[in-house]
Amino acid sequence: MGARVRAELWAGVLWSLAFAAVAAEPLPVSAVAEGVYVHWGAQEDSSPRNLGDIANLGFVVGERCVAVIDTGGTAEVGRRLRAAVRQVTPLPVCYVINTHVHPDHIFGNGAFEAESPTFVGHVKLPQAMAARGSTYLHALERDFGDAARGTKVIAPGTVVMDEAQLDLGGRVLKLRAWPTAHTDNDLTVYDVRTGTLFLSDLLFVERIPVVDGSLKGWLALHPRILALEPARVVPGHGMVKGSLGGALAAQEQYLSTLQLEVRAAIGKGWTLRQAVDRVGTPEGRNWLLWDSFHKRNVTAAYAELEWED
Amino acid sequence: MKGFVGKLLLGGLLGLAVVVGTGSAADEKAKDEPWPKLSKVLFGDRTIKEDAGDVLTLEAPVRAEDAAVVPIAIRTRLEQTPEKYIRKIYLVIDKNPSPVGVVFTLTPDSGKADLETRVRIEEYTHVRAIAETNDGSLFMATKFVKASGGCSAPAGKDLEAAMARLGKMKFRVDKEVAYNQPNQAQLMISHPNISGLAMDQVTRLYAPPHFVRKIDVSYAGKTILTAEVDFTISENPNFRFYFVPRGEGELKAEVVDTNDLRFETSVALRGAPGS
Repeated sequence: MGARVRAELWAGVLWSLAFAAVAAEPLPVSAVAEGVYVHWGAQEDSSPRNLGDIANLGFVVGERCVAVIDTGGTAEVGRRLRAAVRQVTPLPVCYVINTHVHPDHIFGNGAFEAESPTFVGHVKLPQAMAARGSTYLHALERDFGDAARGTKVIAPGTVVMDEAQLDLGGRVLKLRAWPTAHTDNDLTVYDVRTGTLFLSDLLFVERIPVVDGSLKGWLALHPRILALEPARVVPGHGMVKGSLGGALAAQEQYLSTLQLEVRAAIGKGWTLRQAVDRVGTPEGRNWLLWDSFHKRNVTAAYAELEWED
Repeated sequence: MKGFVGKLLLGGLLGLAVVVGTGSAADEKAKDEPWPKLSKVLFGDRTIKEDAGDVLTLEAPVRAEDAAVVPIAIRTRLEQTPEKYIRKIYLVIDKNPSPVGVVFTLTPDSGKADLETRVRIEEYTHVRAIAETNDGSLFMATKFVKASGGCSAPAGKDLEAAMARLGKMKFRVDKEVAYNQPNQAQLMISHPNISGLAMDQVTRLYAPPHFVRKIDVSYAGKTILTAEVDFTISENPNFRFYFVPRGEGELKAEVVDTNDLRFETSVALRGAPGS
């Protein structure tokens, strides 16, 4: 094959990559700080109608390249996020960071593969993907049909055990892997230049928090998160309108009430089923998607707390 | 090359057959139902009385809120006597990777064959409890459970924590029991109960299976209950059951897992005053 033919082939490949990138409708994003962009996910259950676009996604632009923070619930959301990046900058995506294993955060990963970024996650993310990936994919294919097309699980090439830094060229992101809380693989991202902290699902705003790791572990993180004193915070779901302290207090109110009531239920000898049917305060119902997740939270809390002596 | 074309043609014909087969959605659905086959394997051509509410009922949530921890209760109407008792209860989850995940064996000393446990469910599925009485009759209760969606998965939540606590066991039972009647007890076993079906996305290797496979419960040396189980049971296997104490004794549980690790726990019980 001659050099010229090869060059033409490459031009073709590049052109189709570029075409793929522009073919998707860009997700709307807001610049929350200089070089920091956020797409606010819908405060809904994941569905074919919203394509699994229910989590907050972000990207940070350095001088050399871009880091994407979570990629959405389907390959299509990922493609749209990538299109949004392209509207802002021609710089390549060098890192795709997954804040934890949940499908609304990782299923857009495939859209970025063409740019050969380094996928980054918590040290326990690969194991969680191994244990849950096929279930998530199967459920997505079952519930979304064609809208799930192209969606796949991509495990991180780089994992964070404790803390790590990513250099985007003149701009450093500090990553922190947390002990079990929302899940056992929660990772946060802090943009040093602007003081923006991507807390992901360690903070839910208005939408009911989901306990899929450890209730006690999560409550124990609250004071540590508050002590970080970031200039601004991007939760995994919803927008912080007042202070971080206020948003954390609301979440703590729900989680600590859940803990109190489930402990009491276990103390009274209620079975798991009885606890699921009975635990829940009237004011709790102010959370969005209460009906979808509260019973699940009671289940998880019960299974965790019954081992207390 | 000829062989290749042949295969392609065959593939095409099979494809056509499948397309023709989808003519009726109901037929297609029926074809997916694993129960007829499972029933055949488990019970051959024996008659199973369905909707046997006079013998047993099954309690399962309409929707698996947390796919990893779905509470299941089996309630029975027969008193366990030496003359007539339920000797086996099969818990079958049609669409699970291991549908026959739990087989309980009971005795007259169980007093009451009521059982509660927690299972993993990842798919829309029928859940069945089939009771076999000591005369060999079979009775079935069935519930349909919808899978949970979104970010729920049958996997455990914190493998490291579960491994750290591996083998820890606990009985929850009143220390003072009522003699000669069924008393309820709960057995808790800390175990990750790993299926071995999860493939590591990086290494492409499967994590080795590691789950509880057998549980024996006795009181004062007499068998109350044995359970042959697998990873269908949730992480940290949990059982509620009944037993009839005839006098002071030790309630004891012995557990064996797939790595041949053995765990046991026991609690000394005596009669409540006046019992």
